[in-house]
Amino acid sequence: MVSLTLDKVGARYGRRQILFEASAHLQGGMLTALVGANAAGKSTLFRRIAGHLRGAGAVRLEGAHTHDLRYMPQDTGMTAALTVYESIILSLKQGGGGWRLSTQELRAVDETVHRFNITHLVDQQLSELSGGQRQVVSIAQTLVSRPKVVLMDEPTSALDLNRQYEVLESLRAYAEETQAVLILAMHDLNQVMRCCSATIALAEGRTLAFGPTLDVLTPSLIRRLYGIESRVERCSRGNPIMIVDGPAAQEAI
Amino acid sequence: MTTAELDPSESASVQSYRGLVARRIAILVGLTVALVLSVAVDVSLGPARYAVWDVLKTLFAPGAADLQIRVVVWDIRMPMALLAVTVGASLSLAGAQMQTILANPLASPFTLGLSAAASFGAALAMVLGVALFPGAISLMVPINAFAMAMAASLLIFGLSTLRGVTVETIVLLGIALVFSFNAALALLQYFASEQALSAVVFWTMGSLSKATWGKVAVTAIVLAICTPLFARRAWALTAIRLGEVRASAMGVPVKRLRLEALVLVSLLAAVPISFVGTIGFIGIVGPHVARLLLGEDQRFFLPGSMLSGAVILSATSVLSKAILPGAVLPIGIITALVGVPFFAALILTKGRKSW
Repeated sequence: MVSLTLDKVGARYGRRQILFEASAHLQGGMLTALVGANAAGKSTLFRRIAGHLRGAGAVRLEGAHTHDLRYMPQDTGMTAALTVYESIILSLKQGGGGWRLSTQELRAVDETVHRFNITHLVDQQLSELSGGQRQVVSIAQTLVSRPKVVLMDEPTSALDLNRQYEVLESLRAYAEETQAVLILAMHDLNQVMRCCSATIALAEGRTLAFGPTLDVLTPSLIRRLYGIESRVERCSRGNPIMIVDGPAAQEAI
Repeated sequence: MTTAELDPSESASVQSYRGLVARRIAILVGLTVALVLSVAVDVSLGPARYAVWDVLKTLFAPGAADLQIRVVVWDIRMPMALLAVTVGASLSLAGAQMQTILANPLASPFTLGLSAAASFGAALAMVLGVALFPGAISLMVPINAFAMAMAASLLIFGLSTLRGVTVETIVLLGIALVFSFNAALALLQYFASEQALSAVVFWTMGSLSKATWGKVAVTAIVLAICTPLFARRAWALTAIRLGEVRASAMGVPVKRLRLEALVLVSLLAAVPISFVGTIGFIGIVGPHVARLLLGEDQRFFLPGSMLSGAVILSATSVLSKAILPGAVLPIGIITALVGVPFFAALILTKGRKSW
């Protein structure tokens, strides 16, 4: 079992402190959501965990090495003259190894393109992909090396409903299968409630709450995070859904 | 990277990837064949007219040929033909890696000011007789050119190590260098004697006519040193083209790799430029041709850009002799004239975004 502990983690860009104090203890085998308003420090926290930024506090990994960690940044264009298949091989090969590709490596790529249902895209050039396709390809690039710790910045922001469902289910299956720690920065709180067992809430560079998703995503926390009045109710099938009522009164935040 | 027989148990996507690899290897072989042919034609052409058969005989059995043809083929034409190959390969590889690490399709030794700096250095020697490094007078021009080109790239290198300097800044700085050195060169030309002026103008046109075996050897050695160093970083260099953030998320040490590549690229560009003058076109077009034909997996892109640069410059060398019978035009003039239509046709017919 892999676990990741954040102990009062901080980070700065140059002189600007973005992250002040983030703490959490995450278990592998399930999806953890990272929620918070824009510029709350979600990407910074990811980059700090990934080791791209330095700062106060400690990031501790158990059951995995730092090279087992993969970070998927927010979607940006990919203009390289590479096919989808080549781009996934490329990601796999960053771990080391020569110019030759082993059968095992090709099998790993194959397994990943099947897992994310992109076999029809493998021969396409990266520059020809739509935003949603590019996002799924990015996810495949991130997971092809079977990392034990995965940090994904808004992995489903460009996907249609069907694809969102498919991708999140595949990610959940991956977490269960590999017992990896997966943290997903997400904005859609209904998706979070449906898929993520735990949630970290981040505001202004500090963790406001961490725990089982339904305990964290309370109306009062959502008001503090986003300045929004909301209710969490049960649908006719008994699943929780969040309903937005409108902006919160200034004094209530 | 094997093209082994297709295994029926393999999935369609693996098979289609193996097909892609096989096609790319075929293209590399094709480029190599084209290069060998071009060099052969290059050696058999020249102001002195010999039958192709005599040239071939001299090449393969120099002892049996008479002295005159042996000197022409072995001491004049072969060094020129091979210098076209090493210079074309070096400039194209330099351009390819500049475009890769700076994420800019316009980056090349020419657009980053290395050629302009070299021209200025050469002109310092030719107009004012200033040697930046005292030594052999006969080597004053190439040594000056090399020193200035290296100085320009070291300036770029130094600035790119500063905090907060982005690739865009580096490219803009390169363009500023082009203008600065061109202005300085114009100033020198303004005060130059007629004789010195024509020497400078001729130098900036770029020419293979001063080729020697020594220059071939030096450029080949630089290539032989730099190529394996790039090859070892093939996967990381390819990853940089997915974007800096993505590459570092994959664990590529982007900053360090960029600096290492910049040093190699400076050497690769400065040495040939100091021998042959300004040949601007190869450093941009060679890599783009390779990118269109082979994509940007460095395992193919790296040899591909070297080969395409070598083929283009070698073919240009052939044309520079063929256009005016009996005369050899400066190659720097021909490269763009011939290369642009070919390049435009390739970009427009390929019909996909190459950047």
